[in-house]
Amino acid sequence: MAAKTQRIEVTLETLLESVDLAESISMRIAEAVGFSEEELHKIGMAVREGVINAYNYGNQQDRRKKILMTIELDPENMIVRVLDQGKGFELHEIPNPLDEENLLRTSGRGLFLMRAFMDQFDVHTAPGGGAELVMIKKLPHKDSGNGTHQPE
Amino acid sequence: MAIQATCRQIGDVSILDFSGKITLGEGSALLRKSVRELIDGGQKKIIISLYDVDYIDSSGIGELVSAYTTVKNASGELKLLHLTKRVHDILQITRLFTVFDVQSDEDVALRAFR
Repeated sequence: MAAKTQRIEVTLETLLESVDLAESISMRIAEAVGFSEEELHKIGMAVREGVINAYNYGNQQDRRKKILMTIELDPENMIVRVLDQGKGFELHEIPNPLDEENLLRTSGRGLFLMRAFMDQFDVHTAPGGGAELVMIKKLPHKDSGNGTHQPE
Repeated sequence: MAIQATCRQIGDVSILDFSGKITLGEGSALLRKSVRELIDGGQKKIIISLYDVDYIDSSGIGELVSAYTTVKNASGELKLLHLTKRVHDILQITRLFTVFDVQSDEDVALRAFR
């Protein structure tokens, strides 16, 4: 029997509190599918950074705008999408925070951390113009090296 | 866990002990305010102890970088002390270990000031 894809969609206000809420929701789902504590931390932090990006840079802290977070569980992956209502951006235009000249910048590390903590990361421009961050983590049972809780 | 900061003075060195999360909002703001107050009060030798901080996000990292430049611009010196594994790992992957003077022993950190 083919495994179903499960999906949860959450509309978040453009508020600081939404950052913690999104992190908490994503970690609960990740915990339910068996990620280890260390991987939970990475997933939570990546989602946190995604929502901070939407809150600060996408929606510019404009409370009239929303942040849409969807989490999908397909048979192999946990896929998190964070969509804002800003102008969108191109990933290649973002300075690399690891370059010597950027090390002392006080911002610009969020996208880097999302990429570092997830297995795949990409940015799309949504049809309505906002940025959609897509973060994918392989489910633990598909890769024993991915912080899996080993079965008894 | 709510963020807290306490300040100790050992000789001419100010030690800021943080506990909790240094994240966007309260945590980052407290870090900025604490360092700013020390600099405005004429302190030049500052240690930020992160023994009880096991969570820092990009905003908190940015605030640490800001603290570094604030202290340096005031001709002072900043050291980080007692990093937890998670904070250590974040500073490592962001290459900020090459920027900060990171110490694991308070006495050594105190003696390391010029």
